[in-house]
Amino acid sequence: MGDYVRQMPHQGSADLARPPSTASRLHIDIPLLLLLMALTTYGLFVLYSASGQNMGAVVRQGRYFAVGYVILILGAQVSLQRYTRWAPWLYLAGVATLVAVMFFGVGAKGAQRWLQIGGFRFQPSEIMKLVVPIAVAWYLSDRILPPRFKYVLVSLALVVVPAGLILQQPDLGTSLLIAASGLFVLFMAGIGWRYIFGAMVLAVASAWPAWMFVFKDYQKQRILTMLNPESDKLGAGWNIIQSKTAIGSGGWEGKGWMTGTQSQLDFLPESHTDFIIAVLAEEFGLRGVLFLLSLYLLILLRGFWIGLHAQTSFGRMMAGSLTLTFFVYIFVNMGMVAGLLPVVGVPLPLVSAGGTSVVTLMAGFGILMAVSTEKRMVVH
Amino acid sequence: MPQYIALKDPNRESRIYSARTVAAITVVLALLGIILTRYYSLQVTEFESYRTQSDSNRVKLQPLPPKRGLIYDRNGVLLADNRPSFSLSVIKERVPDFDATLTELQQLVPITESHLEKFQQRLKRRRPYEAVPLRFRLTEEERAILAVNRFRLPGVVVDAQLLRHYPQGELFSHALGYVGRINEREAFELDETEYRGTFHVGKIGVEKFYEQMLHGAVGYQNVETNAHGRVLRVLERYSPKPGVDLTLHLDIEVQKAAFDALGDRRGAVVAIDPLTGGILALVSTPGFDTNLFVNGISSKDYSALRDSLDVPLFNRAVQGQYPPGSTIKPMMAMAGLESGLVTPESTVPDPGWYRLPGDSHRYRDWILRIRGTGHAPEVDMKMAIAESCDTYFYDLGRRLTIDRMAEYLSPYGLGDRTGIDTTNERQGVLPSKVWKRDTLGQTWYPGETISASIGQGYMLATPMQLAVATSVLASKGKRRVPRLLREVNGEPVVVPELEPLQAEQQNWDSIYEGMLEVVHGERGTANYLAKGIEYRMAGKTGTAQVIGIAQNAVYNEEEVNERHRHHGLFIAFAPAEAPTIAVAIIVENGGGSSAATPIARKVIDTWLFGSSQYKDPA
Repeated sequence: MGDYVRQMPHQGSADLARPPSTASRLHIDIPLLLLLMALTTYGLFVLYSASGQNMGAVVRQGRYFAVGYVILILGAQVSLQRYTRWAPWLYLAGVATLVAVMFFGVGAKGAQRWLQIGGFRFQPSEIMKLVVPIAVAWYLSDRILPPRFKYVLVSLALVVVPAGLILQQPDLGTSLLIAASGLFVLFMAGIGWRYIFGAMVLAVASAWPAWMFVFKDYQKQRILTMLNPESDKLGAGWNIIQSKTAIGSGGWEGKGWMTGTQSQLDFLPESHTDFIIAVLAEEFGLRGVLFLLSLYLLILLRGFWIGLHAQTSFGRMMAGSLTLTFFVYIFVNMGMVAGLLPVVGVPLPLVSAGGTSVVTLMAGFGILMAVSTEKRMVVH
Repeated sequence: MPQYIALKDPNRESRIYSARTVAAITVVLALLGIILTRYYSLQVTEFESYRTQSDSNRVKLQPLPPKRGLIYDRNGVLLADNRPSFSLSVIKERVPDFDATLTELQQLVPITESHLEKFQQRLKRRRPYEAVPLRFRLTEEERAILAVNRFRLPGVVVDAQLLRHYPQGELFSHALGYVGRINEREAFELDETEYRGTFHVGKIGVEKFYEQMLHGAVGYQNVETNAHGRVLRVLERYSPKPGVDLTLHLDIEVQKAAFDALGDRRGAVVAIDPLTGGILALVSTPGFDTNLFVNGISSKDYSALRDSLDVPLFNRAVQGQYPPGSTIKPMMAMAGLESGLVTPESTVPDPGWYRLPGDSHRYRDWILRIRGTGHAPEVDMKMAIAESCDTYFYDLGRRLTIDRMAEYLSPYGLGDRTGIDTTNERQGVLPSKVWKRDTLGQTWYPGETISASIGQGYMLATPMQLAVATSVLASKGKRRVPRLLREVNGEPVVVPELEPLQAEQQNWDSIYEGMLEVVHGERGTANYLAKGIEYRMAGKTGTAQVIGIAQNAVYNEEEVNERHRHHGLFIAFAPAEAPTIAVAIIVENGGGSSAATPIARKVIDTWLFGSSQYKDPA
């Protein structure tokens, strides 16, 4: 059974009447693009200060963004049918590379996350952040929604296999993000609340055995440190104490661009990567944080809007999942830097320095744009 | 029951999706609300506290320890200065492999277990990125080795700080004292503010007595540092006030003459300027290298000093209490003249011994052992002093009584601390009936007066006290508290005169006559000192018994254990017409005064002429 094309009576006729704009021909969602450009520009300003006025770092990040926008536009050109057609193969290939990482992977600091092919190094788990929701959405798109129990189980299996493989690398942050992106598809597909609440109860109930048997010592340490940073003032607690001090001392107005003492005087570790929000909060104050949150919120709302107006259940589920996953980045990163959540390696999306997450996120926004422009293409 | 074929219902799916979107947005908004609340609480509610924390992170109040005042001798020769000393410190956060670095450092420079132990203790109390000292006092060579290897040792730093240094070492050990690391008790007693950033304090001697002046006043600066503790800029600065430079009365040449003359013998020399009360030389041998104490002496070195039979840490000049022996005879003679009990012409018969009326015990004169008879059938005062006749003074002492003896001798400074500006001074003993009753709870026996009249028995004096007494003789009664300190920052220090000892001029002259005869007279006890002398020296020899000698027993120097030999003493001043130096000398177990007398000649020669050609008599 093919995708059903939904016609909106009051809007559809207007769309039909109007010739397609350049943007829609290029599969570009203008509001989303503008918001992303505003966000990446803001991010570069913060990065310039956070990297200690290192223009090189800004140029490098700018290059990542350029690559990201190219991937976004390319990703937007691919039709949703093509994504669904590729979905099973992408998934199988992804799982295969994860297994390959397990045996041939390279890594650092006790984690095996990378695959080296020739001079090229890549992180299969990063690709899985997109592949897993695509696969689950593909699997459910043909089913009657809300999905029946057995389809839910198959979907869960699709999530658990790669998430489990990544967890043992070990990479808790990525594993959680991947699991979340797959589960968000299920959530948007409308699985019963009883599953959701049941899962929550199960999660709480399994916390104790997980603590005892699953978590590694360094992971336990991070949780303990979050709960009481003072217990390890010089070690792991140092990061959190310094980032909270940076945020708090910024106040409402901030200390001014490039004049944050915590960040400029090296008190703040990882100031240009995972902890960059602390630099922003210190230098631009709560005002700057509110501005950033507004941008994020508008992007999220645009994502939800695209989902609501998507023409196919695959597009809908993808839009919902991608948007919520983007939110998880924001929440986990901002929460951990402010000492609300344990420290996991999740960057502040499109602000933290680094190329990997930019590429993945931009590819995700490419799919989102493909969803947003799907309707008109089909109708045309 | 008929089977229904389930079909996708787009409207229903769309409705469910919309409901889920609403639920998702609700959750997103709620969680963003939590985030926002958290940032609001950090940045607005707790802003003040985090701002303070951030400032204290960044701004450090650094104490600026004052530079300790220097100490010079009267000629401007440096006796104590501050030298940059290099220490090896480690910043743990910057060291990639801590244990490997320590091992490597151990191969480069000597690091003992005790260094490591103290280092580990300091490591526990450090703040992040603080340099923790591992080794102090690096040698030139060690610094060079570390400099060459520095590129391989990130986080290892070599710091310089000013450390007290005594360029003269052992020569001035007892005259100056030393500084050492502040210990727990001192840290409790010292002003915490003034000593912030200072790690050393005067422990003993001049260094301790003038601690407050030498220390100066602490300064402060507010500095901005980065997380690594590196100072980026100074925000405010209150300069420290350096300690004042002290110039002492000590004369390095006189000190050296005394030190060299004592050689490897145990003893003390104090030379004093009778006009000012200034101490020209203060020597106690053996001494020790005070530099050892500055940064914490090793327990091996310390126990060697502490356990030595020669007690090098003991400052004999102010702590050593010896029977003054015959050196008190000029003062006794003065008491006789002033009390009217004797005149310069009155004589005492001397058979070589003295006997108290109604007592068969013979108090021997020292001459008896040598000549088998007394000094002369009748001995007058000049002869009694020149030849150190005991019998004359036994008789005088008996007639004077012990209490009046104490009364007459106390203005010379005996029996009381002189008040010299150094530490640990002892007061000696000037016995009297009251003293004996109070201290020993016993009554005074007449025989004890006899011993006391030649400076034996209970009587004890420090070399400092004898020097002060000699100075009183030399200045004909002028009394001053002796001082080591001569100038402060170039300003002379004037010591107020004490109430002078009032006496008849002709009585002083009579005493001088006897004391001059000691050196210049044919039968003077130190007449060999006159050889080649170009000035007139007044002196008095003394011998102090270390162990009692039984009645009729003969003291044979050769047979007595070295440490049981008599102490040799000598007091002298010169030039007799207008004395500018008074000395007191003791040579422990020297056998007799001849061990001490040549030292006086060398010291006085050096003071008067800058050097001494005098050779010890064979």
